[in-house]
Amino acid sequence: MTLLRPQVGPITGPDPSVFSQHYWDGCAAGELRFQRCAVCDTAVHTPAAVCPSCGSEELRWESSSGRGVIHSVTIVWRPVTPAFEAPYAPAIIELEEGWFLLTSVIDCDTDGEELAIGAPVEIVFHPLADGFVIPYARPR
Amino acid sequence: MTQRSLHDVVIVGVNNTPQAKLLEGHDSRSVSLAAALGAVADAGLSPLDIDGVVGPFGNDFIHQHRIGPVWRSLSPLGIPAVLEAAMAIACGLATTVLITTGEAGSHRHRTSTAPWTRPTNEFVAPYGMFTAAEFALMARRHMHLYGTTQESLAHVAAVIRNNGHVHPEAVFHGRGPFTASDVLASRMVADPFHLLDCAMTSEGGAALVLTSADRAAGRVHPVHILGGGIDHFGPAYQNPPVWESGGRRRPDLIVGTVGRRASELAFAAAGLGPQDVDVCEFYDPFSFEIIRQFEAYGFCGVGEGGDFVLSGVIEPGGRFPITTDGGTMSFSHGGAAVQLLQRVIRGVQQLRGTCSTMQVAGAEVAMCTGGGSGAMFTDVLLLGTSKP
Repeated sequence: MTLLRPQVGPITGPDPSVFSQHYWDGCAAGELRFQRCAVCDTAVHTPAAVCPSCGSEELRWESSSGRGVIHSVTIVWRPVTPAFEAPYAPAIIELEEGWFLLTSVIDCDTDGEELAIGAPVEIVFHPLADGFVIPYARPR
Repeated sequence: MTQRSLHDVVIVGVNNTPQAKLLEGHDSRSVSLAAALGAVADAGLSPLDIDGVVGPFGNDFIHQHRIGPVWRSLSPLGIPAVLEAAMAIACGLATTVLITTGEAGSHRHRTSTAPWTRPTNEFVAPYGMFTAAEFALMARRHMHLYGTTQESLAHVAAVIRNNGHVHPEAVFHGRGPFTASDVLASRMVADPFHLLDCAMTSEGGAALVLTSADRAAGRVHPVHILGGGIDHFGPAYQNPPVWESGGRRRPDLIVGTVGRRASELAFAAAGLGPQDVDVCEFYDPFSFEIIRQFEAYGFCGVGEGGDFVLSGVIEPGGRFPITTDGGTMSFSHGGAAVQLLQRVIRGVQQLRGTCSTMQVAGAEVAMCTGGGSGAMFTDVLLLGTSKP
C-alpha cells in the first residue's frame, strides 16, 4: 500500500501550442478548461480547430466542474525516467460534461477502491518543479 | 508503364541481421546497410537489380552502391512500407524494391525506458506516460468491460516467449521455458502488465526485397501479397486512448478494435476470411494486444478474446499459432520500427516452409500485423504461397 502523490522531481512543463495555450492558462488559474461546439454542443479535448462531431469551427471555451469518473487507470511501477517517482497512476477521466482527460490519480492508496474504474474523482492542480501547473485527479 | 495489381507483386528476399541486446561495432546506419545486402543476396539479386528503396538509410544504399537514379520513399516502416513498395511496383514506378531498416546504439542508458517509448506531447509527458502505460489503459478497460483475466494475458506472453526460447536467432533464446505463472510472478511494470507481458528492447537490422511476379518466375518460394490495410485514428500518444472512441464514419469502428477495417479490406482483397489463415504473425508489443487483435480481425467476438487464447489455438500445433519467432518479447525489438518489418519477414519464412523452429506445416496463408490500440493504429498484411 503506497500513497499516490503529485510528482515532485525535476519535471518541466510543456511548451503550449496555439491550440492549447488557453487550456494551460486555465490550469495556472486553477480552472479546468475545455472547448464546446456552439453548433452541436459536443465537448472537445484535446484542444482542436474543429468539432469532432459536426466539423464546425465554432468552438467556445468553457470551465469544467472538474468532476468525473475513472474511465481507465493503470499503476506504473517502473518510472519512465528517473525524474518520475513510482508508483504513479495514469488514468483517463471522463468529465461530467462528456469529455476525456488523461491525468494521474493522487491522494489515494495504490490498493484502494478509489482507484477502480467508475470511481468518482475531482480535478485538483499542482505545480511541477518549474512552477508549471498541471491537473491531477483525486477521489471525491 | 506496365500496370499490375498488388496480386502481381511478390516478396523474394528477406533478412534479419544478428539481433542482440547490444550489437557491438554497429550503429543504425551500419546495421541497416548490412541488413540490405543480406536481403538482396537472399533474393539472389545484386544491388544493380534494385531500382527502388524504402527506409531511413535507403538513400545511403543508393549512393554507396551507385544504383541511382532510382525511386525512393520515406514511407514509415513495417507494413505501410511493404504496401507502398508493392504499389510502386504495381504502378510501374519501380521493378524491384528494397526495404531496409536497423537500429543500434540509440538506447544504451537503461535508467529510462527506451527513447521510442517516451512521447514528448504536452498532454501526456507531464504524467510520465510511456507505451506500456498507454497500452495498459486499453487492457484495463477491456478487463473491466469483459472480465478478461491476467491469466489470459500471461498465457499469451508465455506462448510467445516459448516460441523465442527455442529459436536460435532470438535475443532471448534459451531464456525459458515460461509458464503463465512465471509471467504473473515477474515484477509489475504498468498494471496489468508484468515485465514478461511487455516487449523487450534490443538492436538489429531487417530488410526485404519485393519484385513483380513475372520477374520472379522460376524462383524458389516467391511469396505473394494477397491483401493489406492500414487503420489510423490519429496521432499516437497525444489524445487519451479511449477504448470506445471512434470516428464519424462507422460507429462499429472504435479505437478498441482498430485494425478491423484494415483486416476487412485485406480479407476482401484476398477473397479469404479468418478461418483461412494458417499462421498469425501478430505484432506483440504487449500480451493483451494479441487478445485484442483476434477480436478486431473477427477470429472471435469482441470480449471473447481472453477465452479464445486459452482454448488451445495459439500454441504450436494449434489452429492459429501466433508470433512464431518470439516477436518483440523474445526474438527482438530493435527500435522504433525494425521489429515492425520482422513480422512480415517471419510470415515469408513460414510460407517458404524454411523456419528452423515452429514451422507451421503446410502453411499457405500468413497474416502479419503491426501497431496497436494504445497507439491508435493497426496495419494488416495477408501473404500467400500463391496468387489469389
